[in-house]
Amino acid sequence: MECLIGIQFKDFALVAADMTTAQSIMVMKNGTDFVVSDEQKIHKMSDKLIMAVSGESGDTTQFSEYIGKNIQLYKMRNGYELSPKAAALFTRRNLADYLRSRTPYFVNLLMAGYDDNTGPELYFIDYLASCVKVPYAAHGYGGFFSLSILDRYYKHDLTEEEAYILMKRCVREIHKRLIVNLPNFKIQKVSKEGIKELEPITAKNLATEDADKA
Amino acid sequence: MNLYLCYTVKKELESILAYNGGAIIAMKGKNCVAIAADRRFGIQAQTITCNFQKIFEMGSHLYLSLPGLATDTQTVMEKLRFRLNLYELKENRKIHPKTFASMVSNLLYERRFGPYFVEPIIAGLCPVTYEPFICNMDLIGCISPSNDFVVGGTCSEQLYGMCESLYEPDMEPDDLFETISQALVNACDRDAISGWGAVVHVIEKDKVTVRTIKTRMD
Repeated sequence: MECLIGIQFKDFALVAADMTTAQSIMVMKNGTDFVVSDEQKIHKMSDKLIMAVSGESGDTTQFSEYIGKNIQLYKMRNGYELSPKAAALFTRRNLADYLRSRTPYFVNLLMAGYDDNTGPELYFIDYLASCVKVPYAAHGYGGFFSLSILDRYYKHDLTEEEAYILMKRCVREIHKRLIVNLPNFKIQKVSKEGIKELEPITAKNLATEDADKA
Repeated sequence: MNLYLCYTVKKELESILAYNGGAIIAMKGKNCVAIAADRRFGIQAQTITCNFQKIFEMGSHLYLSLPGLATDTQTVMEKLRFRLNLYELKENRKIHPKTFASMVSNLLYERRFGPYFVEPIIAGLCPVTYEPFICNMDLIGCISPSNDFVVGGTCSEQLYGMCESLYEPDMEPDDLFETISQALVNACDRDAISGWGAVVHVIEKDKVTVRTIKTRMD
């Protein structure tokens, strides 16, 4: 039901996550109120690394905090940070070990980071702990629609504005075709400069944009 | 009842092995071996990426492929690389493909009642005599060495069909490359969850040639 989208470009990566909190068939919160400063599904791992998480609600917080704190611990112990690739493989290994324990974590992840040597990177990790480096990926039902949009319109060298428009296209398609109600998406950008929060893509914003055009 | 249970367990194993999709072949030639794999990584019918690595270099003349559940492909490869490094440090020599096969088999059988969902294929040349060796095994490590070819993955029936009709003994490296590529590509075209690009390694005494080949992308 939840949806995560990640796209990697030439010099930054974008991650979008829906802001809905649902329990079983009930929506507890849609992220529409302006008080929502609490980070929901996108977690900051380090200065240039973010992780978007979906899945079983308790597991998502527990697992992402565990990974986040361990990445911080590594930096303190060794004096340098884990690269995005190393962080993704560390996460994968932990998830794989838990998969075959009595208490597996049911979490799907997208990891986006900026490596000062190789540039932006995006990793797709599912709950079975398969890890792949991808140019763009999505988790959840929203992926069925947004991936086709990305196949058609993705270009490696888009600017921030163009990338944001591409992300809006994906969200529009989800609003149009997916039966599940996911009105609002939080967007974060990772680049050389670090992590930047972009304007959320909301049903309201998209509606006003349409009204202005008409 | 017992028979029914066996049947359901078998069906379940098959569905896990076919969760991500994939197709692998290894073939023997004259003083050379080839190993080829497709490059798709998907979750059931949804393709995620077309550059997934399924063949791993475990030594200068030793290659390992792990078709099956992608997470276990990665986990088993990491565990084997660790054991192999320890072996080569302890023994101070290169491992024989046959010995390596036993190492894989041992690792898999340790998980006899909660297996890793991979059906490994090993291809390589003996580090001393450069004699070709290929084998495959099931997910709990039962080794079956072969004199001609071995196949694995979700379209193994199609792969067997292609190999049975195209294979001939003692092929030169170039012929072997052509044969293995045609076998893989044409088998993948009859499977919805394999294909989307392929990679072929031809292993000879003095060189290893890696070629990526284009395939249908639908």
